[in-house]
Amino acid sequence: MRRALAAVALALAVSAGAPAFAVQPDEIMADPAKEARARELSRELRCMVCQNQSIDDSEAPLARDLRVLVRERIAAGDSDRQVIDFLVARYGEFVLLKPRFNPHTLLLWLVPPLVLVGGGVALWRFGRRRPAASAAATSGAHLTPEEESRLAALMSEEAPEERRT
Amino acid sequence: MIAEAGHYALVLALGLALIQSVVPMLGARWGDLALMNVARSTALAQLLFVGASFTALVMLHVTSDFSVVNVFENSHSMKPLIYKITGVWGNHEGSMLLWVSILALFGGLVAAFGSNLPLTLRAHVLAVQAWIASAFYLFILLTSNPFLRIANPPIEGRDLNPVLQDIGLAVHPPMLYLGYVGFSISFSFAVAALIEGRIDAAWARWVRPWTLLAWIFLTLGIAMGSYWAYYELGWGGWWFWDPVENASLMPWLAGTALLHSAVVMEKRNALKVWTILLSILTFSLSLLGTFLVRSGVLTSVHAFATDPARGVFILLILCLFIGGSLSLYAARASSLKQGGLFAPISREGALVLNNLFLTTACATVFIGTLYPLALEVLTGDKISVGAPFFNLTFAPLFVPLMIAVPFGPLLAWKRGDLLGAAQRLTAAGIAALIAIAVLWAWTRGGSSFAPLAIGLAVFVIGGALTDLAERTGLFRLPFGTTVQRARGLPRAAWGTAFAHAGVGIALIGIVCETTWNSEYIGTMKPGDVAKVAGYELKLDDIGQRQGPNFREMVARFTVGLDGKSLSVMTPSKRNFTTRGASTTEAALLTRGASQLYISLGDIAADGGIAVRIYHKPMVLLIWFGPVLMAFGGFLSLSDRRLRVGAPKPAKAARALQAAE
Repeated sequence: MRRALAAVALALAVSAGAPAFAVQPDEIMADPAKEARARELSRELRCMVCQNQSIDDSEAPLARDLRVLVRERIAAGDSDRQVIDFLVARYGEFVLLKPRFNPHTLLLWLVPPLVLVGGGVALWRFGRRRPAASAAATSGAHLTPEEESRLAALMSEEAPEERRT
Repeated sequence: MIAEAGHYALVLALGLALIQSVVPMLGARWGDLALMNVARSTALAQLLFVGASFTALVMLHVTSDFSVVNVFENSHSMKPLIYKITGVWGNHEGSMLLWVSILALFGGLVAAFGSNLPLTLRAHVLAVQAWIASAFYLFILLTSNPFLRIANPPIEGRDLNPVLQDIGLAVHPPMLYLGYVGFSISFSFAVAALIEGRIDAAWARWVRPWTLLAWIFLTLGIAMGSYWAYYELGWGGWWFWDPVENASLMPWLAGTALLHSAVVMEKRNALKVWTILLSILTFSLSLLGTFLVRSGVLTSVHAFATDPARGVFILLILCLFIGGSLSLYAARASSLKQGGLFAPISREGALVLNNLFLTTACATVFIGTLYPLALEVLTGDKISVGAPFFNLTFAPLFVPLMIAVPFGPLLAWKRGDLLGAAQRLTAAGIAALIAIAVLWAWTRGGSSFAPLAIGLAVFVIGGALTDLAERTGLFRLPFGTTVQRARGLPRAAWGTAFAHAGVGIALIGIVCETTWNSEYIGTMKPGDVAKVAGYELKLDDIGQRQGPNFREMVARFTVGLDGKSLSVMTPSKRNFTTRGASTTEAALLTRGASQLYISLGDIAADGGIAVRIYHKPMVLLIWFGPVLMAFGGFLSLSDRRLRVGAPKPAKAARALQAAE
């Protein structure tokens, strides 16, 4: 976090001299519906000179140019998809904060579901294997009277800690 | 002189750490008590010397000794005293020194309070701590020495980055490091257990308080950092899925999983092998976080390549410790006996499910953070992975987890009754449905996601309350009995309920803030009024003020509601002359858990000023939730069982082992 702050400060110092705003009052579109779309899109687009900031959050001049560009395309009647395609064609995939699903990003998108499913399957198999093995292990386990009494002593020692277990 | 003393103390600490790395291990091998006890003395002496070294750096900063590079680059004689002190860790070298100081602190604590540990275990744990410490002392001394001098000392320093001149810097990094570094203890315990090839429930009983302590600090550290970013950066965001934030979130997720699996291990002697692995992974992720933040690899892969000394050194440390511990794990884990059987529907089962989801969430953050770096190194292609990716992948993982949270504590160990638990959760479920219905009716036409998410949060909070009600017999038994039972209830049970309720509360805050946040962006002149969420904010005037090491432009707003004036807000913009940088100081007005937030932009040619005003409903709950979670952690930590209970079961466990 501290580095993030430092990086932001650095970006500010390098880019602007004095920090401006993210969305400037003069950028806002007259039509609230279109402005809302522009804001939505801006959150998905990266300010390429910043460290992990969307153009909606960034104060860099480049981010402002991109915001204006997005609004120009919307004003020209582009759909959201067309705006994104336009920006990707111009600046590459790097501009997208949510990468598209393609061979390059296969692993990125598949790891979370694979870990979940893989972990679930492993647990299920583990759970199925265990009872059989354990039944054999515990069937002959009887405590000697000495062990019983020590167990009783231990239990009474721990008794107050949790009644419901 | 002070600088040289500090430097020398650090070298001595390295010497002590090297002794501590080897001698206790040999002692444990040969069964030599004297050699094993060396660890205790060296750990305490290390704490003393590192403490002296850190104090030396603080003194250099306080006295503004600009003949020291570190002070010259990060301080200024006019800087307020508090920032002179916090500036010590507001830079790379100083923050690494804080890192090792906290490491030494934890080592010292184990040495001081570990007298109830078996001697060999303590010797091994402290030896492993010393390996970590040695590596980082070397790193500081060879690549990041904070005590270097300048041949021709300048008269004035370059000042600290203005964004960091905030009370947040006093709290956030130390908290975060207490968390990061605190997990080194569970790591050392895990490695020690693997070296000894023996692990039992008593082991978990020792590890759990340390893990809990680290987790509490990490939770508070992350929350504090988030709030700091929220008020300091000036656009009201509180979580950015920034790689640096992710670096702290990963150990938190793994650490949360570890806390829960350690419970299973302590109570039921099950999940041993998994708990050991989680201990190793949690600290490995802390190391990874240190690497990501400290190596410069995040700013740019190329920046890393041009000045690789530090990055490569930490990368080596990382590979050595992660690779080494995982190899040891692979070699030894099979020798640890599994114990404690349980049916899938049981408290253990619920905790395993918790672990599955938290681990997957952790893996998601891991891949999202490192994938762009790996892709660029391997293929040269640049992609970005940001908030939209994480929001899309993270949320689906948390929904099932949140649904499961209330069931966990209501299920019995070994074999639980899911239907029974569900019946007992009826009230919580009804409360959740009512919340959903009310919100739906109230925000008709709005987002349908928000009411559902808040319903889920209500269910989690209701579940926590149900757990308490069940345990105390509220509504079932006479009130006097309930009070008595509430008093007798282990603090760990209260802790669980508070922590789980904290999760729900944080979720409410997150959903409200992201869904019903209203904002006003515009240019205002004195006399203008902006209307946000029913509040009227009138800009009275714009003035100038001189601070100790900055000039600021202050705007005065009068806040009114329904024609009545409520308060005055004074957001400002500071200009720090030395660095030529400026910061926006947002003004916050708290109303209940909601906040009004004003931050200033530039002055336009016509004298108007760009203004951003937000109304953020329930935003404080986002941080109140984690605070409640940490409070739950403290309650659990103060549990009688963890305070005084540890030694007895230890003896019992040893006695049982002898009987086998």
